Amino acid sequence: MKTFVIIPAYNEAETIANVIADLRRFGYWDIVVVNDGSRDDTGKIARRLKVTVLTHVLNRGLGAALGTGFAYAQKTGADVLVTFDADGQHKAKDIKKLLDVLVKKNVDVVIGSRTRQRANMPLGRRLLNFLSNVLTLILFQVWSSDSQSGLRVFNKKALECINIKTDKMEVSSEFFKEIRDNHLKFAEVPISAVYTAYGMLSSKQGEFASARISWKLFLRLFR
Amino acid sequence: MFLFQIITIFFLLFALSRVFLRAKGGQIKTGESFFWGVVFTAAGLAIVFPRELTSLANSLGVGRGADLVVYISIIALFYLVFRIYVMMENIRHEITELVRKVALEKKTK
Repeated sequence: MKTFVIIPAYNEAETIANVIADLRRFGYWDIVVVNDGSRDDTGKIARRLKVTVLTHVLNRGLGAALGTGFAYAQKTGADVLVTFDADGQHKAKDIKKLLDVLVKKNVDVVIGSRTRQRANMPLGRRLLNFLSNVLTLILFQVWSSDSQSGLRVFNKKALECINIKTDKMEVSSEFFKEIRDNHLKFAEVPISAVYTAYGMLSSKQGEFASARISWKLFLRLFR
Repeated sequence: MFLFQIITIFFLLFALSRVFLRAKGGQIKTGESFFWGVVFTAAGLAIVFPRELTSLANSLGVGRGADLVVYISIIALFYLVFRIYVMMENIRHEITELVRKVALEKKTK
């Protein structure tokens, strides 16, 4: 089973090496870093570590980076695609749990839900994440306990029919639109999450970013 | 004729000349040049014949000719903003497609 791990990365020079090392420790060798117009050494570090690097000459956003990863995986005939954040908040050991559920429950998409760490989350961010989940439910009629999670696993069927259109962070909710429109089966698996001060800032997943995603999702209601 | 009317007419004639030159140079399509020609001509007529404009406004249920111009302008501006928004989204999408194509062609390992 050809499993590709896609890491969308924007200015993640501080963490990218550790993220790649963690993935390799757990046997994931087909790693693709989508360097989304980083101004730091993210691309250089990834190339030095001999992973596949796809470079966006301009910063286009999380959705665009994931879209490039999907296009690459489709082109190279991947069987399974894993999306993994570059800021070090995910643990590579959790991927196996998601892959197991993908096969055993015979679903097309598995989302890693950071519900366990909810108590550690700042209250404002927890509320905004909840708001994003509610808006995802209203817009796409799919309930997820963590609609903004960056750790996801897709099988070949999902990989072939998912068509990402948004460029920015609202892509996390767009996946649920694709799940609904393509009648894909999906499951959630609890995962661990490491909330470091760096991760909160660099991955733009702070309260401000969550608020922005919620706002953009809200605007979609009027489209 | 008031000074305001004279200045505005001169400006509209200038705008019409730009439309003509851009159309001649092939920078805007025939349909677009026709659209802008009609807009500027209509604006000129409204300025030269304010009484007739008020009569037209009255027949449409609007009190004054100037009000009619404001209403139509606001609607037209909103529509143009919408068109520009759609155009911007398309450009944004095209840039991403281009960036993606380059990224896939120049992959490194």
